[in-house]
Amino acid sequence: MKRVMGYCDRWSAAPGETVRFMVSCLDTDRYEAQLVRLRQPDAGPLATKFEPEAIAAALNGAHQGRHQPIPAGSLAAVPAHPALAPKGSFSLCAYVYATTPAKGRQALISTWCEKGQNGYALELDANAALTFRSTGTLVSTGVPLRERHWYFVAASYDADAGTMTLHQEPIAAHDFHPEHAVSVIRSIAAPTQPTHPLIFAAHADGATEHPSSWGGRAFAHHFNGRIDSPRLAAVALDRAGLAGLAATPLAAPLATVLIAAWDFSRDISGEAITDLGPHRLDGTIVNLPTRAVRGWNWDGSETNWTHAPQQYGAIHFHDDDLVDANWASDFNYTVPDDLRSGVYAVHLSTPDFDYHVVFFVVPPRGTARSKTAFLASTATYTVYLNNRGRFLSTMTERYQGRVTMMDWIDALLIEFPEMGLSTYDRHTDGTGVAYSSRHRPLQNFRPTGRHWNFNLDLFIVDFLEKLGGDYDVITEEDLHKHGYDLLKPYQVILTGSHPEYDSADMLDAFETYLRRGGRMMYMGGNGFYWRIAHHPTRDGVIEVRRAEGGVRAWDAEPGEAFHSFTGEYGGLWRRNMRAPQRLVGVGFISQGFDKCSYFRITDDAKNPRAAWMFDGVEGELLGDFGILQGGAAGLEIDAVDPKLGTPGHALVVGRSENHSNTYELVAEEVLIPHGATDAVINPDIHADITFFETGSGGAMFSTGSIAYAGSLGWNGFDNNLFRFTSNVLTRFRDPTPFPDPA
Amino acid sequence: MFRFDKTRLDLAREFRANPFGEHSPDLQYLLNIVRAPRPGPFHVLLINEAGQRWTLAMMEPGKPPKSTNVVFTGLAEAEWHIFRERWAALAGEECPLE
Repeated sequence: MKRVMGYCDRWSAAPGETVRFMVSCLDTDRYEAQLVRLRQPDAGPLATKFEPEAIAAALNGAHQGRHQPIPAGSLAAVPAHPALAPKGSFSLCAYVYATTPAKGRQALISTWCEKGQNGYALELDANAALTFRSTGTLVSTGVPLRERHWYFVAASYDADAGTMTLHQEPIAAHDFHPEHAVSVIRSIAAPTQPTHPLIFAAHADGATEHPSSWGGRAFAHHFNGRIDSPRLAAVALDRAGLAGLAATPLAAPLATVLIAAWDFSRDISGEAITDLGPHRLDGTIVNLPTRAVRGWNWDGSETNWTHAPQQYGAIHFHDDDLVDANWASDFNYTVPDDLRSGVYAVHLSTPDFDYHVVFFVVPPRGTARSKTAFLASTATYTVYLNNRGRFLSTMTERYQGRVTMMDWIDALLIEFPEMGLSTYDRHTDGTGVAYSSRHRPLQNFRPTGRHWNFNLDLFIVDFLEKLGGDYDVITEEDLHKHGYDLLKPYQVILTGSHPEYDSADMLDAFETYLRRGGRMMYMGGNGFYWRIAHHPTRDGVIEVRRAEGGVRAWDAEPGEAFHSFTGEYGGLWRRNMRAPQRLVGVGFISQGFDKCSYFRITDDAKNPRAAWMFDGVEGELLGDFGILQGGAAGLEIDAVDPKLGTPGHALVVGRSENHSNTYELVAEEVLIPHGATDAVINPDIHADITFFETGSGGAMFSTGSIAYAGSLGWNGFDNNLFRFTSNVLTRFRDPTPFPDPA
Repeated sequence: MFRFDKTRLDLAREFRANPFGEHSPDLQYLLNIVRAPRPGPFHVLLINEAGQRWTLAMMEPGKPPKSTNVVFTGLAEAEWHIFRERWAALAGEECPLE
C-alpha cells in the first residue's frame, strides 16, 4: 500500500501567518496535496455528505516525497568537551532505577559511539547487569539489576594499576528482597577517549542523514528508567571515595578532581540539565523524558517537588518518548487575508491512501469576524493524540460494550510505534504517559475514522454551516495564551463535544467571560475535568498528571501528582475545588459506548426563563435519534450536582434516561464498591441539559453529552434537537442581556 | 459463580435480538465472559466506509490487524457473527442459533 502521512508546525494560523507541513511517504515517493476547508465529518449515509471545500493554493498538486523516520526515545545530552575524556584515572557514579532491565543493552552514562566503537559507557548488558564498556573492553558485575529498584552504581578506572572496579549496590526500600552489593575488579586496557558528547540513557550511533532528535546524530540502546545525581571525577576512587563523590554536598577533598556533578533537580520545568562542576558541562534533555519524579532519596515526607526538589533529582527516560519528529518541511502555506476563519486541512493522498493534516484558520490576531466562535478543543485533541490504547487493549471491548473499530490509519500506530504515545497510553515500561506533543504525525486528528474529539466536533461545525456559516474558529491553545481577551469579542462561544482538559488560565478565561456577559454553549460531555499544564516554551506540548480520582488509563505514581511544567497539583479539577459543575452546571457522571439514549423534557422547560428554547420544538423527547449509536444522550455524560457547585438557579430542561448496563458511575463517585453502579439500577446516571444565567447579561447552556452533536444533523437537520439547539444559539447571539440571577 | 453454559440459548437469543443497550443481568455476565481479554488474536472491525461497511479482522497485541473476507453492512450483524464465533470457542461446538 502506498501511504503518506504528515503534520504541521502550528494548529492556529491567522491571515499572514505561515504553516509549515512535514510529510513522509511509505512505499512511494509521490503524493498529491490539496488544501480543503472541512465542513463536516466523514460519517456515512445518515449524516451530511462529506464534502470538503477545495481551496486554491500553491501547494495543491503532485509532490515528490520521501520517507522520514521518527527519532523516538529520550535521553539527555552534554556537548562534547575535553574534560569528558579524562586522560588517566577516572570515576563515575549515579543512582539508577531500571524499569525494563531485561530488555537488552541499555546505556546509562555514555560517551560511547556505537557506530565508531569508541568512547566509554556505563550500561546494562543483555543480562541486565551493570557493565563498563570501552573499545575492546567489557566489565560486568554479572548480577542483574532488579526491576523498579534503586541502585547506587559506580565505575572506577585506575590508570596506574590498569584496573576497572564496578560497584552495584541496592538501596534499601522497606522490603525484604535478598540481595547484596556487588563489586568486581578487572584488569583492562586504557579506555579510548575521543572527544564525544556525553549522553545519558542512550548511546550515540554516529551521524545520520535522517531526522535527528539531537545534534544530527542517531541514538541506540535507550534506557527505560531513572537516573539521579550522575557524577564524574578525574581520579580512581575506592568505595569510601565514591561515597564522597556521590554525597550532597560533594566531599570537599574531591573539589579539585571533580569533572562534573549533574543535578537534575534544577530547572525541572525546563529542558536544561545543570552541572555544578568546574567546567559547567550543562546539557539538555531530548524528547522530553519525565521530570518531577521521585529520586533515589525520596522518603515520602514531601509530595510536592517544588518544596523538596532535592528529593526529585531523577529523570525518567523512556525508549518511546517523543516530543518532535523533527522532519524536514515539504511545503508552506501562508494564510491569505481574505481566507475565512474555519477548519482546514491539507489532504495528502496516494492512489491507495488518504491522510489529512488539519489546522485552524483563526481571525486576524486581536480581532473577530463574527459574534459567534467555535472553540476547537485543541488541548483535548493534543492529550489524546495517537491514542493506541483504545484498540490495542482487549479491555476496550468490555467497557465499550461493542467490538472495537479501527481503520488503516489507526493501524499506522502499530506498524510505527515510534509515532509516539498519548496520555491514555503507557510507555513500554508500563509507566503512564504524562506528556503529549502535536509535533509528529498524528493518527486521530482527522475528519475520518472513529467519531471522537476532533472528528466528532465536525458535527458542530456542520451545525454552524447549516445555520449559514457565520462563525469564527478559535483554539484552546490560543485561549491558554491570551485568556479572556480571546473570548471578549464574541457574543457566544460554542465548545467542542469533549473539552476535557483545561489549564487554570483557560478556566479563568471562561469564568471572566461569563461574569462579564458572555454566553457559552458547552456542546458536549465530560468537559473541564482534568487539569493540564502547558510546556513553558514549546507550543502544543501538554502535561497531565493523573492523580487521585477520575476515570483514567493509569494513575500517577506516589509523590508524582505535581506537574513538572508548572509545579501545579494535577488531577481532576474537582480535586482542585473547581469541579466542572461550578463553571458549566454539570460534570462527568458516567460513560458507555454501546448505545446512546435520549432526553426527556422536564418541568423546568416550562419555566419562562427557558421556555423560549422550546419554540417550535415538538414531542416530549429530545434526540431519540442520532448518528452516534442512535441517540443524543450518551458516550460520556454529565449531570448536575449542587454539592459540587451547580448553581441553585440552574434549570435542567432535559434529562436522559434508559441508559444501558455499560454506563457505570465514574470512579470518583464510588468510594466504596457497592455493585449498584450501572445505569440500569442507578438513578444518578443521566445527562442533564442545563441552563443558567451568569450575571451581567451572560448565560450558560450545557448539553451534558458527547453524543449530542451527532444528532443535530439527523434527517437532514429536520429534527427537534436541531430546532431546540438553534433556538439557544439564536438567543445567545442576541445581545439583549439575560436577567441578573441574583 | 456465573459460568458459561452452552444450554443458555435464551441468552444468545437475547443478544441476537438486542446486541446494544440494556441487557438482562445474566446476559451481561455472559458478555463479560465472552469479551474477557485472552491470549491470542482478538476481533476488531476495520472501517471500510463510514457508517456503511466494515471488515472483520483479527489482531494480536503489537501486530497490525489481519483482514478476513467477512464483510458486514450493519454493526448488529457484526456483533452477532463475532458472538457466535466466541460462543463456539467456549462451547467447543457451533452455536445452534443462526
